[in-house]
Amino acid sequence: MNKPLPDLSRRSFLATAAAGGALFGFVPAAQALALGPASTGAGFEPTIWYGIDRDGIVTVNVIRAEMGQHVGTAIARIVADELEADWDKVRIVHVDSDPKWGLMVTGGSWSVWQSYPLMSQAGAAGRIALTEAGAKMLGADPKACTVRKGVVSAGGKSVTYGQIVAKGELKRTFSADDLKAMPIKAKADRRLIGHDTHARDIPAKTNGQGVYGLDAVVPGMVYARPKIPPTRNESKVVSVDDSAAKAVPGYQRYLVLDDPSNTVPGWVVVLADSFVAADRACEALKVSWTNGDTAKVSEADLQAHAAKLIADPKSGGTVVDDPGVDDAFKAAKSTLEATYTTASALHFQMEPVNALALEKDGVFEIHTGNQWQSLILPTLSKALGRPEDKIVMKTYLLGGGFGRRLNGDYAVPAALAAKAIGKPVKLVFTRADDIRFDSFRSPSVQTVRMAFGDGGRVAAMDHAACAGWPTEVMAPFFMPKGANGVAYDPFAINGANHWYTVGAHRVRAISNDLANRAFRPGWLRSVGPGWTNWAVESFMDEAAHAQGVDPLAFRLKLLDGAGRNAGGPPSAMGGAKRQAAVLARCAKAAGWGGKLPAGTGLGLATTFGQERDMPTWIACAARVKVDRKTGEAKVEKLTLVVDAGAIVHPDGALAQMEGAALWGMSLALFEGASFADGQIQETNLDAYTPLRMSDVPDLHIEFVDSPEVPVGLGEPATTVVGPAIGNAIFAACGARVRHLPIRPDAVLKAMKT
Amino acid sequence: MTSFQLNGRTVQVEGPDDAPLLWVIRDQLGLKGTKFGCGIGQCGACTVHVDGQAIRSCLTPASAVAGSKVTTIEGLGGSHPLQKAWVEAQAPQCGYCQSGQIMQAAALLKSTPHPSDADIEAAMNGNLCRCMAYVRIKKAIKLASAPKPAAKPAAKTARAKA
Repeated sequence: MNKPLPDLSRRSFLATAAAGGALFGFVPAAQALALGPASTGAGFEPTIWYGIDRDGIVTVNVIRAEMGQHVGTAIARIVADELEADWDKVRIVHVDSDPKWGLMVTGGSWSVWQSYPLMSQAGAAGRIALTEAGAKMLGADPKACTVRKGVVSAGGKSVTYGQIVAKGELKRTFSADDLKAMPIKAKADRRLIGHDTHARDIPAKTNGQGVYGLDAVVPGMVYARPKIPPTRNESKVVSVDDSAAKAVPGYQRYLVLDDPSNTVPGWVVVLADSFVAADRACEALKVSWTNGDTAKVSEADLQAHAAKLIADPKSGGTVVDDPGVDDAFKAAKSTLEATYTTASALHFQMEPVNALALEKDGVFEIHTGNQWQSLILPTLSKALGRPEDKIVMKTYLLGGGFGRRLNGDYAVPAALAAKAIGKPVKLVFTRADDIRFDSFRSPSVQTVRMAFGDGGRVAAMDHAACAGWPTEVMAPFFMPKGANGVAYDPFAINGANHWYTVGAHRVRAISNDLANRAFRPGWLRSVGPGWTNWAVESFMDEAAHAQGVDPLAFRLKLLDGAGRNAGGPPSAMGGAKRQAAVLARCAKAAGWGGKLPAGTGLGLATTFGQERDMPTWIACAARVKVDRKTGEAKVEKLTLVVDAGAIVHPDGALAQMEGAALWGMSLALFEGASFADGQIQETNLDAYTPLRMSDVPDLHIEFVDSPEVPVGLGEPATTVVGPAIGNAIFAACGARVRHLPIRPDAVLKAMKT
Repeated sequence: MTSFQLNGRTVQVEGPDDAPLLWVIRDQLGLKGTKFGCGIGQCGACTVHVDGQAIRSCLTPASAVAGSKVTTIEGLGGSHPLQKAWVEAQAPQCGYCQSGQIMQAAALLKSTPHPSDADIEAAMNGNLCRCMAYVRIKKAIKLASAPKPAAKPAAKTARAKA
């Protein structure tokens, strides 16, 4: 049944919202970010992941942030399927931070993949306990009971989950080890997974009732806007002149932030009675700073530095390091080398970053949308000088995440200001504030080489990639060591360690230290594979053409599933053979090999999504028409085929594929920023121009019907579209473009070479 | 002091005459459904109706709407055909731009009840959806604008039961 569910409950603290709110009759509820029917409180909690009340309402605790993936619906359906719950009685709560949840992060396309086994087993545990208790009430053997939609039945009698819980005798809990041993259903027995439903978060997103971080209010809060310094790192305030700011009605004062965590060096915060006053006073405030030595760094400097690092064969961590690479190049019949670059790329999530911070009963509350609570909490602890257990991140809808809110830096200035003035502080960034210090995707340089032996056999491949490393700057504990002992950022190289069999393979990941100092590199939707595959898949096309081989046939031959590319359990069953299958199916669906009008080309690309341990097999064919006079590339159609294992929420999965594919197209053709003088220059939509509705091409998306483990879907489609477009441009007009974004002048220039 | 109608009720607001209507609606009047995205009228998240016209409230001074009828997403009532279609098409992803998208689409349907694809693109191109849920936004507008078949008695019965 697909009826819209009740509205998202408003948070309890909104009870005392501004008088105007009361005028319009806000009816606050006493829940956290909750979706679905109300609950009287759990009477039975077999695990921390959900509870069931006396009315049979199942409340599923979701630790993942809702930022457009409808993730609560997907995770709750995993629980409910094994629990044999009535979906109409399932309630979803996006919980606040708490150590009991363990690692709280929403990124990497991990949510469903990581939740699937755990939540399935948690659901199964509850079903077993409820079945046993229900059987006892019915005087039946548990084995003789059937359980459907929250009702245990045997011999013509039945009892509901609510009745079992209301009896109050069910106390059973399950440890993590108990859960691990729990068997889960076969595909044929699934009743919710794989079946469509309306996502629970959607109604509140159509009527203005959804509560985002920006909407959080408390009585007595002071509005604030940050005054952003000239450089991300090493800025220091020399002097502040607020004489002009004082003329702004509502201006209160400014604060030069003293930040022990060094997250916001040189930041000033302007406080006022309203956001409008804070905004205007901030404009009027004059601050002088000293900066570090990166104040004049430009995009070109960053790329030149990267190229220099790549040229040093000793630089970087070796992610793949087969013996014999150099020998293979020496013995090669022919070789091919190409260098690919990408420009800075912005998150531009629609809701500018913001945070409301306050201290209540000795606990600091941070009200904001966030993707990685476990990462920012230690930083907040250091900034505030409070233990982590005295800080709680309150959960809200995110007005876009895309990786921006993995870096929770924006919470720090709000917290520091609230502590300094002893009042709640609502810190709001303007769009330009948000963009100037976005944790954007670093510009990158990659050089790829291939050695060919007799008959065009691929004998070796060597790939070096250099960019600013978000993980090194913000979460170095997440960095594995390369074969040469040098730690590397997996989110700045994944993708290069592909599933093609290429003989001796070497992949070097190199940190652009200048980028790391000049700005705070960030994780942008599809992270490393969003740009490493620009090199891999453009290069595969170039290599095929260099050998006079059809690009589809060239790839299929290399996707042979040999050796380490055979794959295996738990998440990579079938290995490269599954990638070959999606590629072949995609090419067929797109009419590969057919005749196209002059000036129109079809380009292919295929990847394994985000990481080798969680491969999402995907392929894209882009049909692109190039205007030979202007160099403009118009994408007419994108055909995508994906094998992501079992699909939990099919319509939600399709929505992710649509959005991620258009993201790939937008990054390839319409985005791209320039870093200069310590900051991003394109600070708003007059200069940064993501894809709009009229740019949307025909989309044809197919899912492989698979019984395998569900893997990630939020990002993989982003990783294939750019190179498919680049390869289509080559097919259309012979222009080989090697820089993202692809601008018309680059196409024109490449046509002439 | 500026006085105008907000979702059918007369309101009076304090503050500077040139304060953007967006912040007046959000922070003074407490209606949070209208969103802040770019502040320069180019994302559409702040779209509201002033006397039936879709405008960008981030660029509109509060004083400019004195005596006017302002409608926000909250004033659309929750069961507007577009809101139903938005749910039916499962259009929103993060949802942050959707108040503005729906208000823009509502103004479009008022002037052009059965828009073509080109009409929809022309009207909606000023509304950025960063999740890029454009396929479904367009689909929802088409669902809401499709000529309705005559109501059948059976449908009434079904609704009464629900």
